[in-house]
Amino acid sequence: MSTQMSGLAIETAGLVKTFGETRAVDGVDLSVPAGTVYGVLGPNGAGKTTTVKMLATLLRPDGGEAHVFGHDIVREADEVRGRVSLTGQYASVDEDLTGTENLVLLGRLLGHHKKAARERAAQLLEAFGLSEAAAKQVKHYSGGMRRRIDIAASILNTPDLLFLDEPTTGLDPRSRNQVWEIVRAVVAQGTTVLLTTQYLDEADQLASRIAVIDRGRVIAEGTKGELKSSVGAGSVHLRLRDPDQRDLAAELLRRALEAKVQPEPDPVALTARLGTAASDDSAAEQASRALGALASAGITVDNFSLGQPSLDEVFLALTGHDTHDSSDRSDDPKDEVAA
Amino acid sequence: MSTATTTESKELAPVSAESLAALLVTKERPPRPSAWSASMTFGWRAILKIKHVPEQLFDVTAFPIMMVLMYTYLFGGALAGSPEEYIQFLLPGILVMSVVMITMYTGVSVNTDIEKGVFDRFRSLPIWRPSTMVGYLLGDALRYTIASIVMLTVGIILGYRPDGGVAGVLAGIALLVAFSFAFSWIWTMFGLMLRTEKSVMGVSMMVIFPLTFLSNVFVDPTTMPGWLQAFVNNSPITHLASAVRGLMGGDWPADEVAWSLGWAALFVLVFGPVTMRLYNRK
Repeated sequence: MSTQMSGLAIETAGLVKTFGETRAVDGVDLSVPAGTVYGVLGPNGAGKTTTVKMLATLLRPDGGEAHVFGHDIVREADEVRGRVSLTGQYASVDEDLTGTENLVLLGRLLGHHKKAARERAAQLLEAFGLSEAAAKQVKHYSGGMRRRIDIAASILNTPDLLFLDEPTTGLDPRSRNQVWEIVRAVVAQGTTVLLTTQYLDEADQLASRIAVIDRGRVIAEGTKGELKSSVGAGSVHLRLRDPDQRDLAAELLRRALEAKVQPEPDPVALTARLGTAASDDSAAEQASRALGALASAGITVDNFSLGQPSLDEVFLALTGHDTHDSSDRSDDPKDEVAA
Repeated sequence: MSTATTTESKELAPVSAESLAALLVTKERPPRPSAWSASMTFGWRAILKIKHVPEQLFDVTAFPIMMVLMYTYLFGGALAGSPEEYIQFLLPGILVMSVVMITMYTGVSVNTDIEKGVFDRFRSLPIWRPSTMVGYLLGDALRYTIASIVMLTVGIILGYRPDGGVAGVLAGIALLVAFSFAFSWIWTMFGLMLRTEKSVMGVSMMVIFPLTFLSNVFVDPTTMPGWLQAFVNNSPITHLASAVRGLMGGDWPADEVAWSLGWAALFVLVFGPVTMRLYNRK
C-alpha cells in the first residue's frame, strides 16, 4: 500500500535468484517511479532477464522481496499478473498462428468476448501497420514485424506496467526506431515501462532513470544526467596521416580537452575520452576545440569520429573491468566525419 | 525468412502513433475469463494448430489404420481361426491400445512448446493456472476422437460388427476419450519435467509399450503365467479394454467401467497437481 501512495510501480529489496552455483541475481534493489520509462542496462548474463522474469511472476525469487504497485510478487502473484504485460527477448506469441489468431486468442484469455476480441485485434493490427500480414502465420514475419505483434499482444489490455526485455536486440536501425516510437506512445498514455537493454543509446533515448546491472548487482543508478556525468560524454577517435606526429597530437589533446588519451594498436590512431571535468561544453564543442588545436599545430587528421560512451566505457568507468561478454554494438562511432 | 525481411522495408506500413494512443486510452479491463472459458480458448488454440499444420494428424489417421490392418491379419488366422473372427475380439482392444499410445504425443508437444516464448506470456496472464494444460488435453481429446472414428471405419470395412450398435460404440468411444484425457496428465508432467523432446519420447515409450502390450488387448490372459496374469488383470488398460469391448458388444460391464473411471480419476489426482507444480516452477 505504502508503495502505491509514494508512486512507485516497482520496489525491490535484496532480490536474489540462484541457479545452482550461480547467483544470477545477487541482491537487486530497485525503485521504479510510476509513469516513467526505467532502463535496466547491462551486458549479456548480467541478470536483467532473470530480474524481469521474477517481477513478471515467471520465476520465484530465492531471497529478498519485490512489490509491483504494492502487491507482493509471490504472495499476490495473481494481482500482479492482472496489471503487467511482458514482451520477452524472443517472440512471446505463437509462431504457428496468424497475427489475428494470436491477438484474438490473448484477447479471449484476458476476458474479452469473441466480438470484442476480434475488434481489438483488428484495431491493434491496423495501428501497428500489420493489417496486411494479419492472416499470415507469425513464423513468416520479419524480425521487425515480430516485435510489433509481440508488443501489440502486450497492450491488448492497456497494462499499468509493461516489461520490455531487450526489445530491439537483433533489429535493424529502422525497426529499432519504430520500436522506440511505440514505447514513447505507450508511456505517453501513463503506462510504466521497464526496459532492459544492452545499448546505452537505447536507454539514453527512452529512459528517464537507469540502473546499471553487472553480475547480478546494481552498480549504478540514477537519472541519465547523473549516469553520464559519472562516465563522461563519450570519446573522439582520430586517425592521423603521419604516425610520427602521434605523440605530439596526444599531448595537444590532453591539454585542450583535459581528457585521457589512449594510443590505439594502429600506429596512426588515437582515442580521447571526453571527460566531464573539462567543462560544460557538449561533446561536439570539445571535439571541434581538439581539431582546432591539432590544425594550428600543423597535424593532418585523416579521419575523425565522435562516439557516444559505449557500454564498455560505462562499465570501465563504473567497475574498472570490461563487460565480460562483449556486445557487437558496443563501440559504434556515431556521426562519422571525414576531416 | 529472408524474403519476408526484404519485403518488409517496402510493404510494412508505419506504426500509427495516433491510433495507438487512441487504443491505449481505454483502461477498463473485462472481468477475468472463467476456468472453463480459458481452457476452451486454449483448446481452440490446439485446433488452430491442427488447421495450420494438418500433417500432425498423421499419427491419428495413418498410424491407427496400420495398427488395425497389421494385427488383424498378423494374428487373426493363428489366434481365432480367421481375421474376420479375430477382429470381433481385437477391434475394441486395438482401439484402446492405439489411442492410449497416441496420448504420448501430448508430452512432446508440451515439451516443444515450453521452449518457446509464448509460454512465458501464458504464464504471465491472470487466468486459471491449469487452463493452458487442460487446453492441450481438450485439443488432444479431439485427436483421440478422430483416431477412434478412423479405426472403427476401417474395422467395419474389414468385417467388425459391434452388437452394441451406435449407442454402445459411442459409449465406448466416450469412455476411451475420457480415460485418455485423464491418462495424458502423465505426459504433461513428463513434458514439463524432461529437458529434451527426445528424452520425453524415450520415457514415453518405456511406459507405454509394457503398459499397452501387457494387457488383454490381443489375447485372453488365462494362457499367461501367474505372475504376468497378476499384472495384466490389474492393469488399467485391461480394465479399459474390457469395458470398451463390453460396451461396444452390447453389454453393460459396470464394474469394468467403474475401474476405468477410477483409474482415470487417480491419474488426474496424482499427475495433475504434479504437472501444475512443475508448470508454476518452470
